Amino acid sequence: MERFDAIVVGAGPAGTTAALVLARSGLRVALLERGAYPGAKNLMGGVLYTEVLASLVPDFRERGAPLERYVARRGLSILSAGAETALSFQTGAWDAPPHNHGYTVLRARFDRWYAGLAEEAGAELVCGVGVDRLLADGDGTTCGVAVRMPADASPAEGELRAPVVILADGVNSVLAEAAGLRPKPRPGHVALGIKETLALPRETIEDRFGLAGDQGVAWTYVGEATGGRRGAGFLYTNRDTLSVGLVVYAADLADSDVAPAELLDRFKEHPAVAPRLRDAEPLEYGAHLVPEGGYDRVPPLARDGLLLAGDAAGLVGASPRPQGSNYAMASGELAARAVLEAREAGDFSAAALSRYRDLLAESFVLKQLEHHRDWPGFVERNPHVFASWPAALTALVEAALRQDGREPQQREAELWDLFQRRVGVLPLATTAVQLRNALRILGYGKTDRLVEYLARNW
Amino acid sequence: MSKRPTVEQRLYWNETRPDRVSHLDVRDPARCGPCDGRPCVRVCPAETYLWEAADGRLVIRFENCLECGACRIVCPHDNLDWRLPLGGRGICYRYG
Ligand SMILES: Cc1cc2nc3c(=O)[nH]c(=O)nc-3n(C[C@H](O)[C@H](O)[C@H](O)COP(=O)(O)OP(=O)(O)OC[C@H]3O[C@@H](n4cnc5c(N)ncnc54)[C@H](O)[C@@H]3O)c2cc1C
Ligand code: SF4
Ligand code: SF4
Repeated sequence: MERFDAIVVGAGPAGTTAALVLARSGLRVALLERGAYPGAKNLMGGVLYTEVLASLVPDFRERGAPLERYVARRGLSILSAGAETALSFQTGAWDAPPHNHGYTVLRARFDRWYAGLAEEAGAELVCGVGVDRLLADGDGTTCGVAVRMPADASPAEGELRAPVVILADGVNSVLAEAAGLRPKPRPGHVALGIKETLALPRETIEDRFGLAGDQGVAWTYVGEATGGRRGAGFLYTNRDTLSVGLVVYAADLADSDVAPAELLDRFKEHPAVAPRLRDAEPLEYGAHLVPEGGYDRVPPLARDGLLLAGDAAGLVGASPRPQGSNYAMASGELAARAVLEAREAGDFSAAALSRYRDLLAESFVLKQLEHHRDWPGFVERNPHVFASWPAALTALVEAALRQDGREPQQREAELWDLFQRRVGVLPLATTAVQLRNALRILGYGKTDRLVEYLARNW
Repeated sequence: MSKRPTVEQRLYWNETRPDRVSHLDVRDPARCGPCDGRPCVRVCPAETYLWEAADGRLVIRFENCLECGACRIVCPHDNLDWRLPLGGRGICYRYG
């Protein structure tokens, strides 16, 4: 039986960051990963936001971080069955480092590199080892983990001991559920991401998307992209591959007559998307869940000898521009800091480790989650924003742009009629107010906060 | 790109190191018959589940599984014994 100062479960962004920080402080730390290598089980869109990484590893670019392209342009397309209304943004300011801290990455490559840094710092990374359960001593304090060894290893099981365990095992944290820290998420609070990685020569990508050097594009699609289901489609450019996929609420897929892969096919065949994917050859197909519950679903984050970080704790910035990997890194870092303080005081009790929640509350992680705490509720209450309004918008734009010799009054009348039939003044007004409150924009202030506080605690 | 790949073809693109035994199981097979809509079948991106109407049972092709966890979340009867494959086995993303 091996003894460590700390055990970290899961070598994703959360766990690797925690192990890196602990190892740098001289702790003997085990980083346990069930995949054959870090990243083997991990998938995202995706754009890695690098502020946290930069604060921990300022020279991450020089150290060969497998970054694909920096995000030089962002776009949002609203799709109907045959049409696209798009918004695009780019600025020369993003062309200079730190490139607005956004890079496309492929997680199997990135996670492997990143876990290598934790190893260099002294963390003991063990792959191919799944943690089966947490070990507890007489009073229920976590004191280690029981693992299943890889195939053909003997013995087939083992135990590792440490006074503190950081659980960073991702969105399906069956370990956190078994520990009673969180319930199994509900279908309305998680989304399923499905994704294909497609090969396309570097020059073709650059010509097709109008990119130079390491510039890249991050594009989001709503509406027909998901067949009107809550969620979005995405397209990211990598060095010589494209990442294309969908993120759709599990509740909507559970009700759906269209299988996820067919939804993805339809998205890829959409006239606004297909030309961007032309001649790209498939390399991989994957799927992964995203926690979308937001602030109000964040579970207790610590108990005696145990901390929860990253997706396992639902720490994803559920908002119109969701991000998770940087939240995972930040929470991993803060969990490690709380462990270091607890170690200093020689006290790993829940009370001592509750410092972790305070640190998170002072950081962007819980601040952002709290700021957007009403976003999940907005999505739940306003399915029409995804289902029928995108097509309504494209119909309005089409009618406005149509050249058919109409009188101006006729055009205005047609537009107004279309708007009334497919959107409506009242639904637009009530949705707009809810959106304002969910995003806390347009003068959202103290009175709104009070009203919402009362509503929530009614 | 014009021809749609089947899910089976898609899974062939991937690197998988199959476990010897299934990491997925149904707790109470009797619940699946009357289960409304069988959301596990609908939601699975890998076509792991197949409803065999003739035998009235759910077939689990665990080798297909991408380990996403969606089936576990949507089963309304908490009827899936969803575990992780043995360490190192299962899906091995090369890109992710
Ligand atoms: C389709 C999709 C698109 C996304 N796009 C973005 C994006 O563009 N930008 C962004 O910032 N975020 C994005 N995210 C979210 C982001 O991927 C996650 O928030 C982030 O990966 C969370 O990191 P983590 O370390 O908490 O968990 P994970 O990355 O899931 O890592 C958990 C690790 O624990 C291991 N593990 C699990 N159980 C055990 C066990 N029992 N024993 C040992 N090891 C175990 C797993 O193998 C895994 O390596 C996206 C997610 C998805 C699904
Ligand atoms: S959702 Fe659950 S109960 Fe229904 S068929 Fe699937 S496993 Fe059986
Ligand atoms: S975990 Fe995902 S891929 Fe595996 S069977 Fe369940 S839904 Fe299908």
